[in-house]
Amino acid sequence: MDQNSATYEGQKMYDPKGWWDTYVFSQDHKVIALQYVCVALAIGLTGMFLSLLMRMQLGFPGLFESIDAGSYYQDVTMHGMIMVIYLLTALFLGGFGNYLIPLMLGCRDMAFPFVNMLSFWMYFLSVIILVASFFVESGPTGAGWTLYPPQSILEGTPGGDGAGIILMLASLAVFIIAFTMGGLNYITTVLQSRAKGMTLMRMPLIIWCIFLATFLGLLAFPALLVGAIMLIFDRVLETSFFMPEIFKGGEVLDYGGGSPVLFQHLFWFFGHPEVYIIALPAFGIISELISVHARKNIFGYNMMVWALIAIAGIAFIVWAHHMYVAGMNPYLGFFFATTTLIIAVPTAIKVYNWVLTLWNANIKMTVPMLYCLAFLVTFLNGGLTGLFLGNVAVDVPLSDTYFVVGHFHMVMAVSPVLALYGGLYHWYPSVTGRMLNDTLGKIHFWITFIGTYLIYFPMHYIGFLGVPRRYYSNEQYDFIPQSVADLNQFITICALIVGLAQFILLYNFIVSLKKGAIASKNPWGACTLEWQALESPPGHGNWGEQLPVVYRWPYEYGLPGAKEDFIPQNVPDEQIVKA
Amino acid sequence: MAFVIVTAIIVIGTVLWNFVSPWWFSPLASNWGFLDTTILISLVITGIAFVLISAFILYCVVKFPYREGHKSEYEPENAALELKLTIITTIGVIALLAPGLYAWKLYVELPTDALEVEGVGQQWVWSYRFPGEDGVYGNTSGRLFSSKNTFGLDPDDPYGQDDILIRGGEVHLPINNKIVFQLRSKDVLHDFYVPQFRAKMDLVPGQQSNLWFEPTVLGTYEVACAEYCGTGHYAMRGTVVVDTQEDFDKWLAEQPTFAETMNEGANGEQIVQTLGCVACHSIDGSDGIGPTWRDTYGTNRALASGETVVIDDDYIKTSIVNPMSQIAEGYAPVMPAYATLSDEELTAITDYIKTLSE
Repeated sequence: MDQNSATYEGQKMYDPKGWWDTYVFSQDHKVIALQYVCVALAIGLTGMFLSLLMRMQLGFPGLFESIDAGSYYQDVTMHGMIMVIYLLTALFLGGFGNYLIPLMLGCRDMAFPFVNMLSFWMYFLSVIILVASFFVESGPTGAGWTLYPPQSILEGTPGGDGAGIILMLASLAVFIIAFTMGGLNYITTVLQSRAKGMTLMRMPLIIWCIFLATFLGLLAFPALLVGAIMLIFDRVLETSFFMPEIFKGGEVLDYGGGSPVLFQHLFWFFGHPEVYIIALPAFGIISELISVHARKNIFGYNMMVWALIAIAGIAFIVWAHHMYVAGMNPYLGFFFATTTLIIAVPTAIKVYNWVLTLWNANIKMTVPMLYCLAFLVTFLNGGLTGLFLGNVAVDVPLSDTYFVVGHFHMVMAVSPVLALYGGLYHWYPSVTGRMLNDTLGKIHFWITFIGTYLIYFPMHYIGFLGVPRRYYSNEQYDFIPQSVADLNQFITICALIVGLAQFILLYNFIVSLKKGAIASKNPWGACTLEWQALESPPGHGNWGEQLPVVYRWPYEYGLPGAKEDFIPQNVPDEQIVKA
Repeated sequence: MAFVIVTAIIVIGTVLWNFVSPWWFSPLASNWGFLDTTILISLVITGIAFVLISAFILYCVVKFPYREGHKSEYEPENAALELKLTIITTIGVIALLAPGLYAWKLYVELPTDALEVEGVGQQWVWSYRFPGEDGVYGNTSGRLFSSKNTFGLDPDDPYGQDDILIRGGEVHLPINNKIVFQLRSKDVLHDFYVPQFRAKMDLVPGQQSNLWFEPTVLGTYEVACAEYCGTGHYAMRGTVVVDTQEDFDKWLAEQPTFAETMNEGANGEQIVQTLGCVACHSIDGSDGIGPTWRDTYGTNRALASGETVVIDDDYIKTSIVNPMSQIAEGYAPVMPAYATLSDEELTAITDYIKTLSE
């Protein structure tokens, strides 16, 4: 089976036999991608709802009696974990990765379609286990999303008396299995199944990003897996991997000799690359969108690829910048501060190349472009505040304050979500054959962009003041003035508005399925292969009889001498219409 | 155009906000002013980058809008420009990193001529220990903790007998003295943080971590736990009083030594302080994670189960030993069971709670 051969003959495609095979237990990467997107968005809405519960308590303390300190911390924990793992990781890699890799590389499907299907169902199972923890006695774990022991496995922690923590760890383990199956697939497909002429250095940047993010995931998630398994052992079998001698509730517990800091190392060895697992696909989406909608070739493609590889490599040696004040050997701070600030250089290069792409361009202010530009501003802001927190001594007064909350929401919540929305608006026509409504898109954009900035920007300043994060209430502290409570009220109101605005997107999504304007085959005039399929939306097997052959890089916009302002990747030189 | 205007407002607003923000650094009260300086250096350098790049984006959006039939410039690479930008960025990064690393060196090198204090965290109360007259701490072990020996000191270690124990969350420190805090935790992670001192460090059970600073302004400051430590995290408040040397010496002389505390009879007030009960159960009538103790003895209590009981000795003792059996209505079932307290200690606590209703 040579995927590179230009003919359909001799290739064995899996053909669905009925409704179940086509839509439920499907092995078609496009259906699996949609399944990932739907489940991720559903659990993401749950995560957003939890954040609004938190905001209600912070903005209007005591208004809802059901939000007590315990349930507040459960909301905090589940919100964090859901958004980082079950929404963003799953949506970017499972959703965008599945949809775009075969289509952009010009192959018929993933290398292992059956494993791909299993990957989704394992992911689905992990979400079910996660959701189940809301329904067990004493609820989901409230240990904080980082699940730091000893607290995470002790009784008395919110949700700690029941099965919440076990379900969380089990769910993570299942998720990691799902990710591994999906990830090996993405890697193999990228390396083995590219269309003829699609060299690595002709791949669209988003494929590079997904490819490298998958590599990061495959190497980083095992650290979390062993951490989770050891933590389960500590809880169930009373081993003491992470548990020192502990005096709690008036008695000495049956633990001793373990190290809580060891878990933090394992967690962040996963946790920091995880930031890039989310950020890289977002970078990829921006790279595609900015080029297509500015009608200009991406600036510095080679440099972009090498910057990505540098970021992916250095991402593995910066993890302890989450632990400057965690009680590890303080001299490690010198090393991790240096590596952390070094990673700012390739990241900055990426930003420069995006903005330089706009120079002398022909910028169309479409909804995806608006999201792109908003991403640039937000990511710039969030990335720059990372230079404060990464810089060891500067981190000391700021760590564990609202400055941190502001920073990481800007950089790894708002920015990736803006990229995500841009991507959804951009590829919706490819998936459904219809356009999303432009007006609704713009309303959704403006509320989301301005609203999130108003939510997270002021948080940095109460962080300067020293307001600690993860406080259920600030009332008893004299150093926290009343104005902080007023600000919290303002932020909560903004959060409610932004939260509601997300239903505009949902509405747009559903209504446009039937009522959206029919999209032409290549509505944005893009060069990449996913828009060059015979049918729109692409059918099973993607390419009909003939696999595409690639003749050029994916950003051939504004080629001098050509009539059109873009030349698709599968157009040979001799077919270019001269101006 | 709307995008350009709104984004310009956001960018300019972001910069101006730094001059008008009602929230800024808490008034400095320690030697760590240099940390504030590093934040300011970071603000200036990153602020310049933020404004320049944002302005470039907006300029492009204004200058190069879509024109039908127009083609953008074709320029895939410009190695010289990219090299220049890389060098400028590297210089910026070095300008940030150098003061950061320098400040970190100051932060982690503990002074040798400092006053030593041990800070101990537990859910959700702070306590402290001074090495006493001999200047040497007694040995401690996690196995030796009890409701009486709340610091887990080895009773046979002669160095420990004169150690001075501060229970109840308020510690005094002498002004203009370097102070080294040796931090440990009895149960979960905590973080010793006084915003005005800037310094911060986690307390980790099973190991020791260190922190130093020099208080420079007299006054009373709040300790806020900065590492999530469970339901009562937000209520883990302590106080540090910065005294003159004279007042500090006087205060320290009044504090009990380890030997003295071991000879105390069961004292309810002392027990509830050292076990951290008061982090959740207020003694001034205010509501907390758990119900207050003020003026409640002898009153009726509605339970989550729907029953109503009278708060008497039996109810209090059962609630300490087996809290889940009688959770009060409107409160989360989060209290740990204190099953190992002796009868004598339980009676002492009950008697103390009674005195709050007189």
